[in-house]
Amino acid sequence: MPEIGKDKTADSLPEAVPFFNDPAKRAILFQLSAMLIFGLLGYYLITNTLANLERQAIATGLGFLEKESSFEIGESLISYSAADTYARALLVGVLNTLIVSFVGIILTVILGTFIGVARLSTNWLVSRIAAVYIEVFQDIPVLLQLFFWYAIFYELLPSPKEAFNPIAGVFLTNRGLVFAIPEAHPAHKYIAVAFFSGCVLVYLLRRWAKRRQEKTGRLFPVFRVSAGILLGLPVITWWLAGAPIAMDVPVLSGFNFKGGVNISPEFTALLLGLVLYTAAFVAEVVRAGIQSVSHGQTEAAMSMGLKSGQILNLVILPQALRVIIPPLTSQMLNLTKNSSLAVAIGYPDFVSVAGTTINQTGQAMEGIAMMMVVYLFFSLTTSAFMNWYNKKIALVER
Amino acid sequence: MKHLKVSLVAVLAVVMATAGMAVAGTLDDVRAKGFIQAGVNGDLFGFGKPDEKGVWKGLDVDTARAIAAAVFGDANKVKFIPLTAKTRFTALQSGEIDVLTRNCTQTLGRDTALGLDFCQVNYYDGQGFLVPKKLGVKSAKELDGAAVCVLPGTTTELNLADYFRANGMKMKPVVIENTAELAKAFFAGRCDVLTSDASQLASTRSVAPNPKAYIILPEVISKEPLAPAVRHGDNQWKDIVNYSVLAMINAEEKGITSKNVDNMLKSTDPKIQRFLGVSPGNGKALGLDEKFVYNIIKQVGNYGEVFERNVGVNTTLGIERGLNALWTNGGLMYSPPFK
Repeated sequence: MPEIGKDKTADSLPEAVPFFNDPAKRAILFQLSAMLIFGLLGYYLITNTLANLERQAIATGLGFLEKESSFEIGESLISYSAADTYARALLVGVLNTLIVSFVGIILTVILGTFIGVARLSTNWLVSRIAAVYIEVFQDIPVLLQLFFWYAIFYELLPSPKEAFNPIAGVFLTNRGLVFAIPEAHPAHKYIAVAFFSGCVLVYLLRRWAKRRQEKTGRLFPVFRVSAGILLGLPVITWWLAGAPIAMDVPVLSGFNFKGGVNISPEFTALLLGLVLYTAAFVAEVVRAGIQSVSHGQTEAAMSMGLKSGQILNLVILPQALRVIIPPLTSQMLNLTKNSSLAVAIGYPDFVSVAGTTINQTGQAMEGIAMMMVVYLFFSLTTSAFMNWYNKKIALVER
Repeated sequence: MKHLKVSLVAVLAVVMATAGMAVAGTLDDVRAKGFIQAGVNGDLFGFGKPDEKGVWKGLDVDTARAIAAAVFGDANKVKFIPLTAKTRFTALQSGEIDVLTRNCTQTLGRDTALGLDFCQVNYYDGQGFLVPKKLGVKSAKELDGAAVCVLPGTTTELNLADYFRANGMKMKPVVIENTAELAKAFFAGRCDVLTSDASQLASTRSVAPNPKAYIILPEVISKEPLAPAVRHGDNQWKDIVNYSVLAMINAEEKGITSKNVDNMLKSTDPKIQRFLGVSPGNGKALGLDEKFVYNIIKQVGNYGEVFERNVGVNTTLGIERGLNALWTNGGLMYSPPFK
């Protein structure tokens, strides 16, 4: 081999390599031809689609968004009626998907963590129950679970006229869970302000406590004080505002209850189905994460005299979370995407509203594209947030 | 973001581009396949639903069979594809089916923006309300605040919103895509009212746990001409579907039934001779066999037979002819001459 090198330096440069033997040039050629093929394919597909649409005289474009939708939607977080536009109807759908996914993710993480920890319990009964839960809910398709919960709601619960009334102001019917809420009062604004100032205060307190501990080693009961601030400030504000206790109590009038808040059976069934199903997977993720931290770590921490809460907070969790977060993110995404099964049990989520829109306007391409963009946006946002969190808790190697 | 858009368009394009390549010649396609693919309801007793032996039954099913009899001389050369209200138009647009016979209302919007062509109406319907008797409601005007079960993506859904708006009433729609699931929710009391075309309400009531506990309110709030639909722009295929339905109506008017059609071949009436293809011309004009009308009547029956067999007063649906009687009996069924 070294002889070749010698030749090169000694004599003139070797003859130019033909381009198909030069890896760099060849790579460019391959890239170009791949791009060309992809481009031609894309061109063919797009022109053919447009020609098909035109020949069949199918309307195109986003102009329909401005038109009156003319259909009602069962539940909505913003005011909506059949006189509003398709754009607003779709927004109602997006918000409905968002609320069920958001509440679902929070409940799933809480329930999943709880069951995952229970699965590792040294109590035989507790760990068996958790194991049975995980096996049962993991193995039944989520669509069947949704049908099951929805059927339970409308088959077993009574009609509004015979509503089940467990405590004053709360009614369980096949039209949903209806309960009383405090009547609108100007003090509510101040209570909200008090709560948010409480949050800021707690954040500052934690920073201060941490710095003090790093300097002096003295601990501060952060949890108890924080809880006190978060609860106390709103309560004091409420009391100062004259302690308004008027309630907006639901009253049966006509076909259903008026007043209070009504949570529909569709929403509850969807939320319950998604949470119970996804929590089983999250439980396994949590269990795997905790088990990935070797028992020696716990023993080492114990021998240093840490209390069991401190061992969990300072030793186990920081290491377990690194393992837990990535698969947990994918479970969150699963829950969001599975929420599109709502269409089967009549919850007006985005897919349901977009599907109706497609059917009434006939503009399937635009409708499907919007569905894809919306779910992609939800998924990318969730991933971005979780990736940021993952980076934040990653072990800093020194 | 740009790449994202490009790939989205590409994916969608594949869906549209691979479908419906040969729209212009549905008749040739169908002949090459050897059978017709018809989109039907699948869950609507009396219009499109398989019986307990798996044999498809219904008015719309028989309409599709009549088209097969006209094209192939064999009413059984049909493949039935059950579709929901939401998937039906896409299935037709994309070429998955050749004809849509699925209790589908003809409207201006569907005829134009959806790229469809509607043929001869095979059932004149109107939207009504089904309520449990124990609700004590006598008129649709008393339904303010009710929860209403309705199928998504239907004209019914729009009429419902229009009707409540016009009368200054409020309601909560419960929208479930599957007809059977929707009926189940209604029977269990999830909603106070089920709204749909009157024929569908009769059909749904007939499968209720206790059919006598439900009544249909007197108000009919819309016109629902239910017609077979084909893709826009294929005139020959549209003519075939059109005249297959009209042949059944004309046969009833002329008193030709599946039982006497063989005798009628010997008729000396030149109109009947032309109609049944004894004197040729009609078949060739449509690109079909000269005996296409004979095949339809022999194998499927005339409109009256089909109606009585599937939804008539002697079936569990028990629907009167009403608007669907011949024009000579005060109904709307009227066929142009076959000449």
